[in-house]
Amino acid sequence: MNLLHYWRAMSGIVGRELWRFITQRERFISALVRPLIWLFVFAAGFRAALGLAITPPYETYILYEVYITPGLIGMIQLFNGMQSSLSMVYDREMGSMRILMVCPLPRWFLLLSKLLAGTFVSILQVYVFLGIAWFYDIQAPWQGYLWVMPTLMLSGLMLGALGLLLSSFIKQLENFAGVMNFVIFPLFFMSTALYPLWKMKESNALLAKLAEYNPFSQAVELIRFALYGHFNHLAFFYTLGAFMVFMAAAIVGYNPSKGMMSKKGGA
Amino acid sequence: MNINTPSALCIEQLSYAYSGKKALDQVSFTLQPGECTLLLGPNGAGKSTLFSLITRLYDSRDGQISLCGYDIKRQTRLALAKLGVVFQQSTLDMDLTVMQNLLYHTALHGIARKVALPRIQQELERLNMFERRFEKIRQLNGGHRRRVEIARALLHKPALLLLDEPTVGLDIPSRLAIVDYVHQLAVEENLAVLWASHLMDEIFPDDHLVVLHKGCIKAKGTVAEVLTCTDSRSIKEAFYSLTQGADA
Repeated sequence: MNLLHYWRAMSGIVGRELWRFITQRERFISALVRPLIWLFVFAAGFRAALGLAITPPYETYILYEVYITPGLIGMIQLFNGMQSSLSMVYDREMGSMRILMVCPLPRWFLLLSKLLAGTFVSILQVYVFLGIAWFYDIQAPWQGYLWVMPTLMLSGLMLGALGLLLSSFIKQLENFAGVMNFVIFPLFFMSTALYPLWKMKESNALLAKLAEYNPFSQAVELIRFALYGHFNHLAFFYTLGAFMVFMAAAIVGYNPSKGMMSKKGGA
Repeated sequence: MNINTPSALCIEQLSYAYSGKKALDQVSFTLQPGECTLLLGPNGAGKSTLFSLITRLYDSRDGQISLCGYDIKRQTRLALAKLGVVFQQSTLDMDLTVMQNLLYHTALHGIARKVALPRIQQELERLNMFERRFEKIRQLNGGHRRRVEIARALLHKPALLLLDEPTVGLDIPSRLAIVDYVHQLAVEENLAVLWASHLMDEIFPDDHLVVLHKGCIKAKGTVAEVLTCTDSRSIKEAFYSLTQGADA
């Protein structure tokens, strides 16, 4: 195994994705506008409607904007993960995915490199978002901004792997919009991104249960705790487990002999 | 042929079906280094399926494919390292420059930058594209994009070059330039070339032919051999007689 070959290939894939993101200004702006609208408009409107008790990792009463910020970070990564997989379906239809798939490296490694590239892009977006939120008086302890980095890596990989898995099942670009609706909205709204679990339990026990087992919730909680200097063990292992399951299934999905590629007309 | 030198490409008894419908049926042929082989067949003959199997985008359960002696299923990476491909659809990144696209390819093949840069210069100069290396692909016309793709396919020094109808949509001068260049490459670089086409004027007299129709090989051999076995005066006539007037 030539490690240098692996390193060069991964650097090439990640570098290409970062370069594309930086040069595509519209993509950068639109990725930021979505969470900022939620923060400035939705959260501001809901501030009065929702009373939040003191729950870990928070040690004082907090504003709703503070509560929702980790959820919006999760949202950035969720959309980014889905967008990366959308671009993979597009690349597959347009053919540029073929160049990646015929290079002499294991397919799992190529897919993992693609995932890493997407995750780095999402982390860039998150830090710009956190920077803007800072000026809006949503400020975590400075150490939190460092602690959150590895958790963003894991949550980004998990959500990217989910997108990758979906992309292996989608035959055409047109089918993707439906899947986005069936995946993004349920994952986001049935989670702790917008409302805490205890609040959900008060209104609907089933919804609270679903939210608890939703891997997106666990990713959001992992980010929330890390941002305030705490490590949430359950959320970490749950997110890690979900990443491994999604990734393994995506690798099978992209395997020419076992997965969906054998049933498709393109690759 | 030296028996110790493996064929650049060896396909044996290869079959493939989409949902029970056979796209390839017991296909066998070999390609030697320095040989330019035209894979002829009307639309739907199975050319693209064959290319997808050689590049391992699909997997075949029946039959065997080996590149330079490496089995594509068991020694996938060694086999793929010997392969350069130009797909029918453009696979370049439109928003990146010529240079960025080529450096991305060399990175995927694990080639160090200091080795990659002179190779890129050499391949682009041969195709008169070096001056345009900092232009975005989007700014290039179809013929120039194809040239970049051919240059890219050669950067890792493959032993076999696959071209899937690379001249589709190009004007006549661009088409002829690419046909000439690839034939020249086969001779000068001792490169085996498998060129899928349905255009008869892309065939040179010294070429080898494989005529595919409805997933089966109808004829294979040199141009002269195919003409003799079909009792035809031209390749066009031979092709029509083999494919019974199907869309060419």
